[in-house]
Amino acid sequence: MSATGGLDIRIPIGGLFTVVGALLAGYGARTAGDATIYARSLSINMNLWWGSAMLLFGAVLLGFAWKRGKG
Amino acid sequence: MLAAGAVGWYRIAMPSVAALSWLDYAIILIYFLFVLGVGVALRRFMRTSTDFFLSGRSVPAWITGLAFVSANLGAQEVIGMGASGAKYGIATSHFYWIGAIPAMVFVGIFMMPFYYGSRARSVPEYLKLRFDEKTRALNAVSFAVMTVFSSGVSMYAMGKLFNLLLGWSFDGSMLVAAAIVLAYTFLGGLTSAIYNEVLQFFLIVFGFVPLVFLGLRDVGGWAGLSARLGSLAVRNGYPAGAYTHAWTYMGHAASNPVGVEWFGLVMGLGFVLSFGYWCTDFLVVQRAMAANSMSAARRTPLIGAVPKMLFPFLVILPGMIAVVAGSSAAAPAPAPGIHAEAPAAGQGIVPVKLDAAGRPERDVGGRVVLDYDLATPAMLLHYFPTGLLGLGLTALLASFMSGMAGNVTAFNTVWTYDLYQSYIRPGASDAHYLWMGRFATVFGIGLSLAAAYVAASYNNIMEVLQLVFAFVNAPLFATFALGMFWRRATGHGAFAGLAAGILGAAVHHGISLPAGAAAGFKGGYLGTLVVYPSELAQTFWTAVVAWTTCFVVTIVVSLATRPRPEAELRGLVYSLTPRPDAEALPLLQRPLALAVIVLSGTLLLNLVFF
Repeated sequence: MSATGGLDIRIPIGGLFTVVGALLAGYGARTAGDATIYARSLSINMNLWWGSAMLLFGAVLLGFAWKRGKG
Repeated sequence: MLAAGAVGWYRIAMPSVAALSWLDYAIILIYFLFVLGVGVALRRFMRTSTDFFLSGRSVPAWITGLAFVSANLGAQEVIGMGASGAKYGIATSHFYWIGAIPAMVFVGIFMMPFYYGSRARSVPEYLKLRFDEKTRALNAVSFAVMTVFSSGVSMYAMGKLFNLLLGWSFDGSMLVAAAIVLAYTFLGGLTSAIYNEVLQFFLIVFGFVPLVFLGLRDVGGWAGLSARLGSLAVRNGYPAGAYTHAWTYMGHAASNPVGVEWFGLVMGLGFVLSFGYWCTDFLVVQRAMAANSMSAARRTPLIGAVPKMLFPFLVILPGMIAVVAGSSAAAPAPAPGIHAEAPAAGQGIVPVKLDAAGRPERDVGGRVVLDYDLATPAMLLHYFPTGLLGLGLTALLASFMSGMAGNVTAFNTVWTYDLYQSYIRPGASDAHYLWMGRFATVFGIGLSLAAAYVAASYNNIMEVLQLVFAFVNAPLFATFALGMFWRRATGHGAFAGLAAGILGAAVHHGISLPAGAAAGFKGGYLGTLVVYPSELAQTFWTAVVAWTTCFVVTIVVSLATRPRPEAELRGLVYSLTPRPDAEALPLLQRPLALAVIVLSGTLLLNLVFF
């Protein structure tokens, strides 16, 4: 087996983005409407939006890795 | 009055420390766990020294391509390009659009066939195959010393930054980052470094995109940014478009903030310095050598060039926004924390630079000096709410760590193959060299830490060293270009050329000075014959002189010495090597097709921001 053959790089990257994305999105959902937290980000709930984007990216990577693992 | 004012500024500009929440710490911690996990998962695949130092030459092109740019996306780039963006504006993109990209295309198309095809395991080893032992030794020793020191300087910058921003302990943040990089490169070798570089690449992108989005939205988009930078330019004595046009004001050094005219820029930065770095530095070339085929090795820098040409938007724009952010009535109330009142003394949200006593530094004209290195970090604290701030700081940490790992993996390879195996203990078993590689990782990081403390206590030593490295690096590309494309070039010629080029750089630096500087580290120690409008102009011309000296001396000495038989040069020189056959690949996987796409994109960007 080669030096890389055993680990699909999409698993750690997808995993990290899924976990961090879920944390951010969850926190964003809980703090929605909190004007003090989001005064810095121009009143946009960046945690919710960007967390969701990261979650999606992570899930897509994991999906591809899972598909290759099965095939 | 003056003294009271100075004390007042000190109070205002002294950053109070930003507070992080549990969520910010959790994100940083999760990142640490994942990079360590990669090292642990790859540990069992490190069986031979080739696995450890070259990833068994088995990594696909898209991964080596992203690692190629990510290993270079260290602190110097993220912090330094933000600082230059704040100082020079969009002209900073010349480091990418005239500098890095053409050089990356050149190394992929023309040079990779020799690096990868010769089966050399490192850049110094290629020099040994093409020229001789002494040329390799000169390159290997200077490279090894240089990587240790540059990783030390970057560690020092990191410790200082996190101490200033977050109140973390200087020693603590350096030691933790060094320990994590050590753990994952020790366990998984180059593969681990490369995999984590790709992970860090995505983190940096995801960490900085929201920063650019929020910053641009705040200042009214590109139009609003141009308008605000326009009035700043006029106040600083430049034409209104000086910060937002890359080429328009390059006709004269005095009409643009960079202080360079186009010819010095194109020759010094575009040709000598960029080709010297991207085409000969083992830190980046090593990533391409790990690719799983010749065509993947050639595509590595070309794939890397695609995100690279867009990086200016990610790393330069935050700096440009920082100098004008928060300066309009429409801007929201400043965030609680560090830069709440900084605009009173700084520019935008860029704070003033403080001297050792905590007082604002002033230039010759008595104006306060801005701490441009804090432009990008100040942006993070200004715009990112709890949560996203954790992500932004993780991206910053990731950039420090990818740069550090890049240096460490390049160092342990050059140390083990080019110094230890060649001069100290040849002929040992492969297992011994694998062990040596792991051991070199430990002492490489140890030496970098020592260098970081040297940088912390003796500022001048680092200045001298960086100067010496600049001299050593400047002529390198002439040696490689002649070695690869002129079969008559000899080992004696290459060595004499390199030595003469280094000397040429030192002499030129010694007889020139940037305007307004005193003789010393800035040059002029042999008497001032030439005065340049800026330090960058001096740097670029020093490089041009070094390159030309090396080029001419290599040719003259080569012609006077005995050439090597052509049979020995097959696979090492362009005219004696069969062209790699890329016709069997689909169009978009052919290096030449990629090169055309990358170069057209870069040309377009130059025109849009002309």
